[in-house]
Amino acid sequence: MKGEVYIYILVAFFVSYLVRVLPLTLIRKPIKNVFIRSFLYYVPYVTLAVMTFPAIIYATQSPIAGMVALIVSIVVSLLGAGLFPVACISCLTVLVLEFFI
Amino acid sequence: MKKRSGAFWEGIRDGFPIGMGYFAVAFSLGIIARNAGLTPIEGYLSSVLNHASAGEYALYTSIQSAATYVSVAIITLVVNARYLLMSCSLSQRFDPNTSFYHRLLVGFGITDEIFGIAIARPGYLLPNYYYGAMTIAIPLWGLGTSLGIWAGNLFPQNVVSALSVALYGMFIAIIIPPSKKNKVIAVSVAVSFALSFLSTLTPYIKDMQVGTRTIILTVLIASVAAVVKPVKEETVNSEE
Repeated sequence: MKGEVYIYILVAFFVSYLVRVLPLTLIRKPIKNVFIRSFLYYVPYVTLAVMTFPAIIYATQSPIAGMVALIVSIVVSLLGAGLFPVACISCLTVLVLEFFI
Repeated sequence: MKKRSGAFWEGIRDGFPIGMGYFAVAFSLGIIARNAGLTPIEGYLSSVLNHASAGEYALYTSIQSAATYVSVAIITLVVNARYLLMSCSLSQRFDPNTSFYHRLLVGFGITDEIFGIAIARPGYLLPNYYYGAMTIAIPLWGLGTSLGIWAGNLFPQNVVSALSVALYGMFIAIIIPPSKKNKVIAVSVAVSFALSFLSTLTPYIKDMQVGTRTIILTVLIASVAAVVKPVKEETVNSEE
């Protein structure tokens, strides 16, 4: 089982390194294909959104705390808070809510 | 020579706050890695090699659900696909004479934040600046993960529960500001939330592995968005 974990890690490293380094070494010109450009442009936002919800409500002991943390995170992000503050505020929300629930 | 070493120290200086943020977020990743049964050493290694929050999250949940190596490769490709775009973008910022080895090393250090500070600097990208930021930020990411795996056991359940949402908070902080500026992204995010939620309730689909569902939904939604609202070149560059 332990050996398998290292294979998983190496597979992820191999793929993530290729993704990072191939365009940098091979492609010296911008991608012209509009569909591929657009697809790559939307991918990060879509995939992060898919991974965030509903996973966040199952991550906490109380689903309500996770749901409120999601809403609070969205609101403070809209107000202009950065990555680190939003992460902290979402944690605090859960900590406080689960104290009462 | 003086100019080059100066860039390295500037990279360390700018990379330090990034490293502190990484440390905290990596701690919450460590809690997920701990649930998947990773040791602190495995956590450190996976973090230093991959240093991608979404990618590592996918990796750990895949390990936990005993996914196949092929599906780990595919989900890693999908969740890290944005680095393809950043890598393309960085390639345009290099001095054309930049050596192959510099390209290999800078490529290793592509993350949302380091890419962000590097691209914000005027003129050609100096590899030494990038190395400085990598040198401080990436080991802190690894340490945070190890500590999360190690100390996750020591913390009370309510603290672990609270910290486990840090990562999602960070994901939100990445997707919301562009949603505010771009309606297509906002709609894509809303549709992603809705379909992702529905997919956990729909018969057959809900029995699929989380990673597989993520791949299918991402390809589907991003393709539709790309067809309905193709992106102009200027938008891509300015948003990054």
